Amino acid sequence: MAGKVIVCRCEDVTQSDLDHAVALGYSHLEEAKRYTGLGTGPCQGKECMVACALYLALAAGRPPSEVRPFTSRPPVAAIALGTLAGPDDPGEGGG
Amino acid sequence: MSAPTTAGPVTAGPPKRETEVLIVGGGIMGLAIAYHLALRGVSDVVVLERGYLAAGASGRNGGGIRMQWSTEINVLLMLESVELCKRFAGELGVNVWLRQGGYLFLAQSEGERARMEKNVALQNRHGVPTRMLLPEEARGIVPELDVSSLAAACYNPRDGILFPWPFLWGYANQAAKRGVELHTFTEVTAIEPSPAGFLVQTSKGPVRAQRVLNCAGAWSPEVARLVGVELPDRPHRHEILSTEPLKPFLGPMVSVLSSGLYFSQSMRGEVVTGITVPDLDDGSVKLGSRLRFLTTLAKELVRVMPRLAGVKVLRQWAGPYDVSPDGSPIVGEVATVPGFYLACGFTGHGFMMAPVVGKYYGEWLAGGPRHPFFDRWRLGRFAEGKLESEEMIIG
Repeated sequence: MAGKVIVCRCEDVTQSDLDHAVALGYSHLEEAKRYTGLGTGPCQGKECMVACALYLALAAGRPPSEVRPFTSRPPVAAIALGTLAGPDDPGEGGG
Repeated sequence: MSAPTTAGPVTAGPPKRETEVLIVGGGIMGLAIAYHLALRGVSDVVVLERGYLAAGASGRNGGGIRMQWSTEINVLLMLESVELCKRFAGELGVNVWLRQGGYLFLAQSEGERARMEKNVALQNRHGVPTRMLLPEEARGIVPELDVSSLAAACYNPRDGILFPWPFLWGYANQAAKRGVELHTFTEVTAIEPSPAGFLVQTSKGPVRAQRVLNCAGAWSPEVARLVGVELPDRPHRHEILSTEPLKPFLGPMVSVLSSGLYFSQSMRGEVVTGITVPDLDDGSVKLGSRLRFLTTLAKELVRVMPRLAGVKVLRQWAGPYDVSPDGSPIVGEVATVPGFYLACGFTGHGFMMAPVVGKYYGEWLAGGPRHPFFDRWRLGRFAEGKLESEEMIIG
């Protein structure tokens, strides 16, 4: 495909970056995330992950039914260190 | 679009049926050893990784490299490893975003200051330019530090940080170019000793191997059990987080000895930081994220660096330390299982040691000299009571 298509706006990852990752064999979502940085910016993949995952599956010749999201990293939304430092220790959280 | 090609380091299809060396674990340790074997002409090597590249601790660590240790052997090895890291991009053809901004350790008690002085003297004897600093001098290096509770600090400007993932790609690419097979998503399910070595069962079929290396990090006790060997190392969850990116402001990696807090600024501008949080340590590898980590870390980081209170956390994750009882690695051939080798127990500093350990491991297995660390860090030392205690363990 001609032109520069941005697939992850936070980290400026392009469609050709994904093609390059697939060509090197990094076609699973977790691999492509690490190779291109997709989904590691402020939205943490909430905008781009599904589209990128489907594109990778198609590009690598795998059925979309095999696509799995990458591991979700807390916090759900960016939160200030000062806010986290405020409350007392709530003990064991979700494992 | 076509299916994945062989332009990358990962081999398509099942592993070959026979190999000279089989390495369990495609993290930095296994890949570094594979590369150094191939470099010396031993390219009949198969590396098996259960997950994707960088799935384990090699893809989850903070990227620190330092020469500040409490034992001579670690000081000397890390002096060499930092040099190897500096040459890595040129020799292996991939940018690793290395930045030598130094490591700044903070002591808050007289006891910590005394140990720091002893370690700095040891490091100086071996040519590491670490120097003791007064609290005000530490603030000269990091102006945002609250130094009111500091007793002393020490700083080595030649320590640094790097981006871990490209090390895996670099070693994998260069090993594959020399004939090493690398299989991801391939699990080892059984290892049966046989007269000519081992019959290794994998999720992609059997492989006969003359020698087997256990480079499975936090999973190495599981792998050793496949040949009936009980290892004393245990997995420990270590959590870490990354903030929103900031303009470059922080030179060194900073670490508070008493709490195990450490923080640095990556080349992407994010503050990358972790801290010691107790865990169950029941022998299983745990990678879940905890709110308790966030609050524990935030309290300590904001105490030490009040200006960071307004900076937002983007994501947290966990990686498994492979903790040995004395903090030193477990390497070499297992006496009771000839042909079965260990490279484990690196206790949170395996990544930074892999360049130098991989070099000497490859050299030895390819028929070259045997570095003294193979004796010092042998498995048998635990039964003999000859521990190699390293106290500079962070996190």
